[in-house]
Amino acid sequence: MVEFFAESTAFGAVISILAYWIGTLIQKRWKFAIFNPMLIAIILIILFLTVLGIDYDVYNRGAEYITYFLTPATVCFAIPLYEQYERLKKKWRALLTGSLAGVLASLTSILLLSMLFGLTHEQYVSLLPKSITTAIGIALSGELGGIPTLTVAAIMITGVFGNICARALCRLFRICEPAAVGLAIGAAAHAIGTVLAREIGEEEGAISSLSIVVCGLLTVLAASVFAGLY
Amino acid sequence: MEYVFQFSIILLVTFVGEILHALIPLPIPAGIYGLVLMFVCLKTGMIPLEKIRKSANFLLDAMPVMFIGPCVGFMAIYREQGIAILYIALISILTTVVVMAITGRTAQFVIRHGRGGKNG
Repeated sequence: MVEFFAESTAFGAVISILAYWIGTLIQKRWKFAIFNPMLIAIILIILFLTVLGIDYDVYNRGAEYITYFLTPATVCFAIPLYEQYERLKKKWRALLTGSLAGVLASLTSILLLSMLFGLTHEQYVSLLPKSITTAIGIALSGELGGIPTLTVAAIMITGVFGNICARALCRLFRICEPAAVGLAIGAAAHAIGTVLAREIGEEEGAISSLSIVVCGLLTVLAASVFAGLY
Repeated sequence: MEYVFQFSIILLVTFVGEILHALIPLPIPAGIYGLVLMFVCLKTGMIPLEKIRKSANFLLDAMPVMFIGPCVGFMAIYREQGIAILYIALISILTTVVVMAITGRTAQFVIRHGRGGKNG
């Protein structure tokens, strides 16, 4: 049976969608933030592959077809941005200051925690791009001399955690201005967070999309400075 | 067919983004060039929103599913990196909390401060 899966091109795509569908059913039944359809799907698939002894590469041969759509989907973030443009324009000062603060907070906290946990330089620079969108993150990690697979892991953990906990964290820190909520989610948890920001509201979604671009570019500029610090 | 035509326009912009990515020697991915380009096209009216709206919304709504594949890749990385992945996970989670708090509070402060200044 495992050989059949290895031959199939649809297998990976089908179980991804099936697992996500099960995730949405579970979320509908129990409305806790931790029952996140994406997280449930990821855990189900990892369990399934491990139990049947199927390699990640075999699964990814089919799942790749879905991942392919990430780039055109990222391009579509221009739509909420376009629709909310007039409102965003008025808040450009807050958005720019917030993004700058977020990027510096991200890089500084990674520096301090890497020192604290005694990570190697290679692991440290792999973490620097963890709050930005995957495609920029991988390229930046490579440029800084990091380990791209480690960067992807950090980006995914950040995104999924941000997606699950953003509502609770915004409540905890009393962030309630829609623009500030959107920016906080986008700056911390990139595109995976933006999925949630779009669910919260139109303005939140648009600003979260914007911060993927702004924080991504700011991180590219600042990370090379931080790479030399540890 | 409507969805197919709309999707082709989005793919075309994505393709131009890929060309820019190949030509410009910066670590900026095709998707980001495409996003900026699409925004400019919408803003100048070169692409009317109605010509892409349905397919674009479909892609945005389906986005969580697109992240599942790369996330499952975590299992392969775990085998490769071993225990270090736990530190990486812990740092990722802690910094996410810090970034969210600082970004959100800073932006909120500037918004409220500016508003108060204008009204007062």
